[in-house]
Amino acid sequence: MELITCTDLTLGYEGKPVAEHVSFTVSEGDYLCIVGENGSGKSTLVKTLLGLQQPISGKIEKSGALTGGVIGYLPQQTPVQRDFPATVEEIVRSGFLAKSGLRPFYSHAERQRAAEQMERLGIAGLRKRCYRELSGGQQQRVLLARALCATGNLLLLDEPVAGLDPKVTQEMYDLILRLNREDGITIIMVSHDIAAVLAYASHVLHVLHGSAFFGTIGEYRESEIGKLFSAGGVQCLQS
Amino acid sequence: MLAVMSFSEFLQFFEYPFVWYAIIVSILIAVCSSLLGVTLVLKRLSFIGDGLSHVAFGAMAVAAVAGLTNETYITLPVTVLAAVLLLCTSGRKAKVGGDAALAMISVSALALGYLIYNLSQSSNLTGDVCATLFGATSILTLTQFDLWLCVAMSVIVIVLFVLFYNKLFAITFDETFAKATGVKTGMYNLLIAVVIAIIIVIAMNLVGSLLISALVIFPALSAMRIFKSFLRVVICAVIVSVVCTLCGMLFSLWLGTPTGSTIVAADIVAFCAFSLCGFLLRRRAK
Repeated sequence: MELITCTDLTLGYEGKPVAEHVSFTVSEGDYLCIVGENGSGKSTLVKTLLGLQQPISGKIEKSGALTGGVIGYLPQQTPVQRDFPATVEEIVRSGFLAKSGLRPFYSHAERQRAAEQMERLGIAGLRKRCYRELSGGQQQRVLLARALCATGNLLLLDEPVAGLDPKVTQEMYDLILRLNREDGITIIMVSHDIAAVLAYASHVLHVLHGSAFFGTIGEYRESEIGKLFSAGGVQCLQS
Repeated sequence: MLAVMSFSEFLQFFEYPFVWYAIIVSILIAVCSSLLGVTLVLKRLSFIGDGLSHVAFGAMAVAAVAGLTNETYITLPVTVLAAVLLLCTSGRKAKVGGDAALAMISVSALALGYLIYNLSQSSNLTGDVCATLFGATSILTLTQFDLWLCVAMSVIVIVLFVLFYNKLFAITFDETFAKATGVKTGMYNLLIAVVIAIIIVIAMNLVGSLLISALVIFPALSAMRIFKSFLRVVICAVIVSVVCTLCGMLFSLWLGTPTGSTIVAADIVAFCAFSLCGFLLRRRAK
């Protein structure tokens, strides 16, 4: 079952294209990794998928199977958030906002679901703790729980392990994999970490200037670009 | 020289209705300004209040020269317009950067305001300007109409805040996420801009246009020293704001000091006390 179909997208700012001929589909249960050098248009693609900006040309179709039409988004952290006085619970619940419309308060069912998501990600014990006092990994789990509140079945993770230490990074990857395999949540992950991409992804979208590669992980391993990047490893992607 | 009066003389003040008007209005202003203060401080927009109050000063000068009996008719729309322009365009790419644009508008309004004041035929120019900038005694000369206007605007601000509390939280914490999940952030930013402008216009009576930002940011900053949840920070900010405003007001009546600056002084004392408490609490927690 396809959730998102993108056909021949041209992405960019103010009419200047950054990436062209981007076509891909995201189906239920996929684990899609988006890779590419800095400035290749990854973050523009993320913004376009989220509906924060319009593609220059091409079209994006979101199917009805996408719960509420909403993508659960895990953004990169902003400096504002690092010293923000808010409890874990307040932040997780704010994921429901779009669904609550003009209703000023959260319903009982929403509070219940927020509690379930915190349980699922192992942060129920931190419910009343202040966000700014948590470790980097805990903060990411909080934002992940919020993203899960916003959506039922599709998460878009923007470099979810940036700034985390190796142990916490591994835990984060395990958690994402569990959400994908056991709970059937579709994952789209923007990543610099080619080793993780090769280990976890079911599909890869490699954004390049002028064109893009899209295929399953097997196809990617066999492709020119895939060979080049998996051989060059992390250094190559980051340069 | 401060003319300190005896306590019984001080109590006599409360027989005058204008003193009660002043007290009611200052409580309302304290509540409204602190509510939005938390959002402004966290969104890194503390300076907006300052810039807007200078714009309001400029508008006030125009009103004075035009000889209007009630300046609010000019100050309110002008300030709202400036707030909308500043807050709702700051995210986009502008030719002049956000803080530079703010500084530019703020000094221009101040300079032109004073220039325009000099065109008026007022016999007490210095007094008028000083009253507008620092509040002086204008809080004690409120008419019943001013009182009701202030009550009405405060009720609007408080109701809007309660209704949109959760949205405000989400937009303050993470605007991109809110927008990505379909919250109409543009509309809420507009709402924030309008409400801030309203607060600044009504607070001008109390502390004057130069000191308004103190009223907006100090209670929020004080509360953030100690409390760790958004809701508690908001509630604490309101309480701090009301207590400081009342203390400042009563002290100024008693000691004959200027109301606006006494209130700000009380806010500064509260901030220092909260900082110290926060520091001690953190040390004990370690």
